[in-house]
Amino acid sequence: MALMTQGEFARRKQRRVMKGRIFYGLCLLAVMISLGMLGVLLFKIGLDGYARLSWDFIVKDIGIDWNWPFLHIDWAGPSRKPEEAGFGVALVGSVYVVGIAGITSFVLGVAAAVYLEEYAQRSGFSQAIRINIANLAGVPSIVYGLLGVEIFVRMMELGRSVLAGGFTLALLVLPLIIVASSEAIRAVPSSLREGGFGLGATRWQVVRHLVLPQAMPGILTGVILAVSRAIGETAPLIVMGALTFVPFTPGGPLDKFTVMPIQIFNWISRPQKEFHEAAAAGIIVLLVVLLAMNALAVFLRNKFQNRLEG
Amino acid sequence: MQVAAETIIRAVDLSVFYSSKPAVSSVTMDVPRNQITAIIGPSGCGKSTLLRSFNRMNDLVPTATVTGQVIFEGRNIYDASVDPTEIRYLIGMVFQRPNPFPKSIYDNVAFGPRINGFRGNMDELVERSLVGAALWDEVKDRINQSALALSGGQQQRLCIARALAVEPSVILMDEPCSSLDPIATLAIEQLMHELCEQYSIIIVTHNMQQAARVSHRTAFMLTDERNTGGFLVEYDESNKIFTSPEDERTEDYITGRFG
Repeated sequence: MALMTQGEFARRKQRRVMKGRIFYGLCLLAVMISLGMLGVLLFKIGLDGYARLSWDFIVKDIGIDWNWPFLHIDWAGPSRKPEEAGFGVALVGSVYVVGIAGITSFVLGVAAAVYLEEYAQRSGFSQAIRINIANLAGVPSIVYGLLGVEIFVRMMELGRSVLAGGFTLALLVLPLIIVASSEAIRAVPSSLREGGFGLGATRWQVVRHLVLPQAMPGILTGVILAVSRAIGETAPLIVMGALTFVPFTPGGPLDKFTVMPIQIFNWISRPQKEFHEAAAAGIIVLLVVLLAMNALAVFLRNKFQNRLEG
Repeated sequence: MQVAAETIIRAVDLSVFYSSKPAVSSVTMDVPRNQITAIIGPSGCGKSTLLRSFNRMNDLVPTATVTGQVIFEGRNIYDASVDPTEIRYLIGMVFQRPNPFPKSIYDNVAFGPRINGFRGNMDELVERSLVGAALWDEVKDRINQSALALSGGQQQRLCIARALAVEPSVILMDEPCSSLDPIATLAIEQLMHELCEQYSIIIVTHNMQQAARVSHRTAFMLTDERNTGGFLVEYDESNKIFTSPEDERTEDYITGRFG
């Protein structure tokens, strides 16, 4: 006895195999389209910006002397003459703003996630909070810019400063970090917590010594994604007034600033071709910084993972 | 074994509910000091829940409520003035599946003393605990390696060593051998015999032979279709439970006629 005759089986099998091949082809096509687009983008930018790429584009001059702070770096800033325009000031501005945003949102985000996952009672109210935090991640970034202007620039009177920009970006990426950290904390097996509690540990000790170390690789992955997003954000900082012509790097947290994507936007909107080349070179620098940060974060995550598995 | 031992834990009319569903209903029993007490019964009869209510581990389940009393060293551990972390420091626990922390063997054992603020000779305490759990000889050369590299049986003995390091007076064991092979199971049973000279042990087990082999006293629990939660059917010397039980349901269970 069999389900069908051998001939019938062979015919149907051929059709099944055919369907499998078609599906495989479609998946491959999807990958090719995505990668192809990226390839075209990189190729075009590389072609346009390659000529402008040099150390002069970032740093004008480095001086060393024996007085504090020993090292004087003269970062290349914007200029009215397109061939003199540099990207260093924007690069430093980005590092400051994203650094402030990263640290602030990491501390706030992880603490909020710990509260939601470890301390809050599982009620309808806390469930509603969880869902709304996830929704906040989808709010257009320009709305966060307006919020930042209202709270940090006006109410807290920080002005259009590095600090205000950093805090605004921190608010923007906070939901991402909370959601990622919550998931990482939830993935820690409850047997680990029980082991800790069973020895007389307090909730804080369980969180500090068992839950957070175990969740850290996942949390760091979330932070990488968040910071990568923050570094490319333009709209909220434009609202805050970062689009001004800023020839010097910020010396303190209350100084004016500009960031890489805004500098690129600024150059692209000018008529001269040389500015467009500078923009392409700027995009390359932005991508390199992004890759470097991702690599660092992946390195950190693997280090944590290895330490756990020892 | 017939000599009536001093009581270390006394449950009085103890009931546990999850939400409003009863899991354990009005259990009253005396657990003797320096003996091994086994809790047996079919799945879902509330024996683990009962065990976990002896060191307030059920507090970690948000929906759980406990009524009645658990008297330990003269005070009700459910009294409002009692801090559950202190109870868990005095009454240790070993879980169903080995749950070593993702740290070194040394740090696993040192974890309990550290978090409880121990300031003495840690190396000596770690060694003593590992010797006590019959694990020292196997791990003394790789004490700083990850505990996750140990075998299942070794991990479970490490969890026992971890519990011993806090020097509790009672150790609760929730089916400690259920994920181990027979050789590792035997090692843990022998260990329990040695431990009960210094500690009082309560063990939940699915394995009736194990209860008969290791325990001095055995409690048999059941639940019924009316969903009243697990109740105590019979609690007596293990010899008596396994040879001439009073209750017909106990006899049916230990002879394998139901459950």
